This record gives sequence, structure tokens and C-alpha cells, in this order.
Amino acid sequence: MKMLRSALLLAIVCASTAAFADRMPIPANAPPAFKAECGSCHLAFPPQLLTADDWHRVMATLDHHYGDNASLDEKTRKTIEEFLFRNSASGYWSKVGPAPGNPPRLTSTTWFQRRHHEVPNTVWQDKRVKGAANCAACHPRAEQGSFSEHEVTMPGGRRGED
Amino acid sequence: MKLIYPLLLAAIVGSANAETPKQLADAYSSEAATQSAGFKPSGQRGGAFFAKHFAVSERMPACTSCHTEQAAQPGRHAVTGKEIKPMAVAANSERFTDLAKVEKWFRRNCKEVVGRECTAGEKADFIQFAMESR
Ligand code: HEC
Ligand code: HEC
Ligand code: HEC
Repeated sequence: MKMLRSALLLAIVCASTAAFADRMPIPANAPPAFKAECGSCHLAFPPQLLTADDWHRVMATLDHHYGDNASLDEKTRKTIEEFLFRNSASGYWSKVGPAPGNPPRLTSTTWFQRRHHEVPNTVWQDKRVKGAANCAACHPRAEQGSFSEHEVTMPGGRRGED
Repeated sequence: MKLIYPLLLAAIVGSANAETPKQLADAYSSEAATQSAGFKPSGQRGGAFFAKHFAVSERMPACTSCHTEQAAQPGRHAVTGKEIKPMAVAANSERFTDLAKVEKWFRRNCKEVVGRECTAGEKADFIQFAMESR
């Protein structure tokens, strides 16, 4: 009886961390500007994948944004920045750790690299993928915040053979 | 730019937030007419502009680098690979219904692709092209 209980408990804990790791919907209280401004050139990235310090570095340099210009009026910038701070990596997600790069790249954190160690270079460079930041190329429901390993397809790689 | 806003706003006044593509094309056209009398927007000129290889930027030589040659088809961002909804109004009814959005993207994309801001005439032609594309 006792064993059954702990087994059940373990199952519940495992299920909930798994759900944690692959479900990252944009919080319902996100300002509309977040999706409109930060989701037009690429996916509106889940805020929990960078620390508040790193989001600060992203939001302070929007005029030279990875070779692009994503600058905003100060009011909108501030609104988005505050939202990102509130939902940045902490608690469960503090494991993503600081991100290298200037501005920092969430695709360069040790956490991200570890979760993606099985992706070969030829796939990252495939013209349908273009780079690690194109989450939706392999996670078809990334827009809905779903990154489940069961849904992964890799263009030009194995899995799904897209 | 400084000139365009008052004119556009005057043309659009009373229509709250939602503009129509026709209203925006008309507003840019009347702005263009102050520089070249009798200006009429042309979808054909707009289409040529859309497909032209300005080659100012290596990563994005033309509007079609991201919006693809088929304006009624979804495009793909040249750098990030993200899908971009079709530019043709017939395929995407949200196009050219928000002046602030339209101005923001003309400013960004023209600077990067053409190397300068687009003129009111070029914008009017571009919208005309997007309205005629099927
Ligand atoms: C005008 C287009 C554009 C807009 C608007 C934009 N970005 Fe970006 N962003 C880019 C490009 C281009 C890259 C680099 C992608 C690559 O190298 O694959 C990028 C990369 C990023 C990265 C790093 C991804 C990685 O590789 O780890 C973050 C984080 C980011 N953007 C956040 C934002 C936020 C937050 C906003 C809204 C304030 C925003 N972006 C708006 C174009 C844009
Ligand atoms: C080239 C394809 C590819 C791209 C692009 C990609 N991923 Fe992944 N992702 C994978 C693969 C493969 C896995 C491993 C699945 C597994 O654990 O079996 C994975 C796993 C994950 C996981 C863990 C899922 C789980 O079930 O635990 C998360 C979260 C994730 N990716 C987020 C992202 C984000 C966010 C981006 C964009 C910034 C991204 N991925 C871009 C292929 C990709
Ligand atoms: C680097 C990729 C890229 C290039 C090159 C590019 N665009 Fe865009 N464009 C975008 C993105 C991203 C959006 C915003 C997402 C959306 O509206 O679907 C956009 C939106 C627009 C809009 C907003 C229309 C509306 O009402 O929704 C206009 C106008 C526009 N682009 C014009 C142009 C013109 C003109 C050129 C060439 C001079 C051009 N673009 C080149 C990426 C690009």
C-alpha cells in the first residue's frame, strides 16, 4: 500500500515536470504589444527562457537587434520589458541560467544546448530551419506554446522526415 | 514623413481605428500628387517595385526575399525563417487596415531593402498592387 502510494506520487511528480518542460504558453496577462511587436519577425519567445538581466540586455539594445532594427517607442518598450521581467526565468526555470551573446541568445544557454544535443549541425543549417531561433520549424505547435518531444519533426533529419 | 501624417489623418478622420486599404492608398496618393501632379496609383508599378532586386542588403535584396514572389502566398522571413502571412489583401484581410502598423513596416523594410524611406507614391503603388493581387 505504502509502495503503491509512493509510486503514484512519483508518477504524478514526473508527469507534472514533463508538462512543465514542454508547455510554455504565453501568459494570458501578456500585453497585446508583446505578440504584435515581438512575434512578427520570429516566434514570441517564451519569457521564461531568459533571466531578467538578460531580457534587460535584449530590451536595451532593440535598435541593433541581432543585425536588425526592432526599436519601439519608449512606452511600448517599457510595457513589454516589465512583462518579460515578471515572467523571466525563475523557480523551475532558473535552470536555464545566464545566456551568452550580446544581445544574449536564449538558444545559447547550457539548458537549451543540452535539450537539443541530438540535433545535428546539418539540420540547424537546413534552409527550412535557418537557425535555432526558428522554433516552429521543428516544434509545429510552438505558437501555442507546445514543445512536446512527441511533436518534434526535423526537416531533413530523422523524426517525421518532413 | 512630416507632411504625410496630417494629410493621412485628415483623410481618415472619423473612421476610428480600422482603415481600409483603399483609404490608405487614396491618402498616400493625394500626398504623392502634391509632388507630381495627377499622380494615380499603379498596381503594375507596385508589382515591379515588389520584385525589384535593390541588392542594398545581402541578406534581403528584395521585398520578395521575405514576402515571396507570389503575394497571395505566405512568405518566409529571410533571416529567421518564420512564416509571414500573405501580402495580398484577397488572401489576408488584415492587410492595410492599420495606419500605424503600415507606416512602421514601410519604414523598417524600406530602409533595409531600398536603403531609404519609401516615397508616398511608392507606398500608394504597393498598396494598389496588394489590392489587385490574387
Ligand atoms: C524587425 C524584426 C524583429 C523584431 C520586430 C523583433 N526581433 Fe528579435 N530577432 C530578430 C532577428 C533577425 C533575430 C536573429 C535570429 C537569428 O539569428 O536566427 C532575433 C533574435 C531574437 C532573440 C535571440 C534568439 C536566439 O537566437 O536565441 C531574442 C531573445 C529576441 N529576438 C527577442 C525579441 C523581442 C523581445 C522582441 C520585441 C521587443 C523582438 N525580438 C522583436 C528580428 C526581430
Ligand atoms: C532543428 C529542430 C529544432 C529547433 C529549430 C528547435 N528545437 Fe526544441 N527540440 C528539438 C528536438 C529534437 C528536441 C528533443 C526532443 C526530445 O527530448 O526527445 C527538442 C526539445 C525541446 C524542448 C524540451 C521538450 C520536452 O519534451 O522536454 C523544449 C522546451 C524546446 N525544444 C524548445 C525549443 C525552443 C523554445 C526553440 C526555439 C527558440 C526550439 N526548441 C527550437 C528540435 C528543435
Ligand atoms: C526581412 C524580411 C522582410 C523584408 C525583406 C520585407 N518585409 Fe515587409 N514585413 C516583414 C514582416 C516580418 C512584417 C510583419 C509581419 C506581418 O505583417 O505579417 C512585414 C510587414 C509589412 C507591411 C505591413 C502591411 C500590413 O498592413 O500588414 C508592409 C507594408 C511591408 N511589410 C512592406 C514591405 C516592402 C515594401 C518591402 C520591400 C521594400 C518589404 N516589406 C520587405 C518582413 C519583411
